[in-house]
Amino acid sequence: MRLPIITLTLLLLAHAPAHAGKTLDQVRQRAQLTCGVSTGVIGFSAADSQGHWNGMDVDICRAIAAAVLNDAAKVKYVPLNAQQRFTALQSGEIDLLSRNTTWTLTRDASLGLHFTAVTYYDGQGFLVQKKLKISSAKQLKNAEICVQSGTTTEKNLGDWFKAQGIKVKPVVFEKFEASIKAFFSGRCQAYTTDASALAFIRSKEAPNPDDYVVLPELISKEPLGPVVRRGDDEWFAIVKWVIFALIEAEEYGITQANLERMKASPDPAIQRLLGGAEDSGKLLGLERDWAARAVKAVGNYGEIFQRNVGSASPLKLPRGANALWNKGGLLYAPPVR
Amino acid sequence: MPAQRWRNLLVQALIAAGLLALLWWLLDATAANMRERGIRSGFDFLLEPAGFGIGESLLPFDSGDSALWALAAGLANTLRVALPAILISTLLGTLVGLGRLSPNLLLRKLCAAYVEALRNVPLLLQLLAWYFIVTDLLPAASKALQLAPHVFLSKSGLSVPWLGGDGGLIDLPQRGAMNISGGAAMTPEYLALLLGLSLYTAAFVAETVRAGIAAVPRGQSEAALALGLTRLQNFRLVLLPQALRGIIPPLTNQHLSLTKNASLAVAIGYPELVSVANTTLNQTGRAAECITLIMAVYLILSLLTAWLSAWLERRNGRWADHS
Repeated sequence: MRLPIITLTLLLLAHAPAHAGKTLDQVRQRAQLTCGVSTGVIGFSAADSQGHWNGMDVDICRAIAAAVLNDAAKVKYVPLNAQQRFTALQSGEIDLLSRNTTWTLTRDASLGLHFTAVTYYDGQGFLVQKKLKISSAKQLKNAEICVQSGTTTEKNLGDWFKAQGIKVKPVVFEKFEASIKAFFSGRCQAYTTDASALAFIRSKEAPNPDDYVVLPELISKEPLGPVVRRGDDEWFAIVKWVIFALIEAEEYGITQANLERMKASPDPAIQRLLGGAEDSGKLLGLERDWAARAVKAVGNYGEIFQRNVGSASPLKLPRGANALWNKGGLLYAPPVR
Repeated sequence: MPAQRWRNLLVQALIAAGLLALLWWLLDATAANMRERGIRSGFDFLLEPAGFGIGESLLPFDSGDSALWALAAGLANTLRVALPAILISTLLGTLVGLGRLSPNLLLRKLCAAYVEALRNVPLLLQLLAWYFIVTDLLPAASKALQLAPHVFLSKSGLSVPWLGGDGGLIDLPQRGAMNISGGAAMTPEYLALLLGLSLYTAAFVAETVRAGIAAVPRGQSEAALALGLTRLQNFRLVLLPQALRGIIPPLTNQHLSLTKNASLAVAIGYPELVSVANTTLNQTGRAAECITLIMAVYLILSLLTAWLSAWLERRNGRWADHS
């Protein structure tokens, strides 16, 4: 609570004009991208024992740093809790918020922010004690449900159970650790958060994972993606198109490993994306090989997914809705041309 | 001297005007900056539906009720824990404070140990400790302990019969498929918070009481005992009225701290004012407005407490003068 108050007072009161159209210049000038991330969500943004940040959201930061600064390591990560995140972006403390943040109308239209693109399609689910023999969230009548505050989760919970005509009792914790501890000590019959996190919580945090099951229902749409400040269309376009380029790279089969070979591909679409034929970078205010740099740094979208949350990670999440549009998923990037 | 007086008045008026101008500038700059950055502001969100549930609430609350009502429910929950905690901490603190002045060595040392242990550990840690002790020790809701007919104790809390309910005067707690439902429940969050706040503040109250009594000159007691008053009479008629003068102002501070410390409940999941305001802030994104509201509410609570204490002090002052 204290940090938002201080940031608010110091930064909003400072009467400094917003730096419209200047983010790219600032990032170049300080040779560093300031990226707001979570305080620790495995698979999305979490620091390892050496203090290196890993995760999908972190890789987006690295891709943008590579495209803009030609060095994926030139990122300063600012860990933010759910309450601080928007204030940090509004006040200019960070250039980009890449922190499993759900795109909603209220946030997009009233906070002075722009959501750029969806990097992960998530949904809210439930983890319950197996011994309750529940197979559907509709059986959670009168249940106590542990939940962490500061997210869209609480409102989804209220909406969904209201629509079902069922009363439940949320037990709201400020800290993730406290909410998990309370659930596994048996305080609540169910725990709710985004499905991507439930799998991890069950396998890593449960004293005995077999005592818990994830219910099949997803009660909400949680499109997660990076957010930028309003008033800087140039920067907005850069962040958006770096993400699109990562998705396009997967579509064309361009990987971290075959990138150099692909640069010689006769396919005009690949040529355009990698800066062979046309200079798409000029239109964004970047160098010719902006997209190639991003792919070289973190791989295409599919590689980012596999490494952080997919089969090559401890989370082992299926691609599901996050597969490409031509493979039954929702990922569809506008063409780079 | 009138010239001097006018000059003093003028200086004071200028200072007051300067402060007002500063305040106005701060508000104006905030509003201007927020407009410039395209951040919506205003208090209109208070009348929109809150959209989230509150686990336990004194006031009847549903997710379709307004955000204002949600904050009111949060405030009611703050008072629900602060008022009993003030009562318990004052009584317990007084006993411990007196214990520290007791001629009995064991009692004196025990009370001293209590004060040192509780006031030197941060309250947040104590609350978390109490909370996890309470939730770990109690049986699961499905195996709730039945203390008396329709009184259950479990991880879901202490459930007791209460007025109201669906179809009758009295709402009885029942074993449900999942947990205990019906009646009034004191959740583990509430119990841990009440316990933590009361025990922690009692340590400070004890020191306040001890200091207040120690400040009464020894001769007063000696004179009273020499006049043939019993120890109890001496305490009630001589020591206490004089000690209270020194006790009430710092005691008010403790009560104020306790009310404000109740906001630490966000850590253990009790839906008091700050917790509800946090959620509202997140749903609406109106950070400046929500924080202003919280500050205003605590300011009003504090001013009320201070005013009550001043009244008590005046009353006690008169009483002490007449006795």
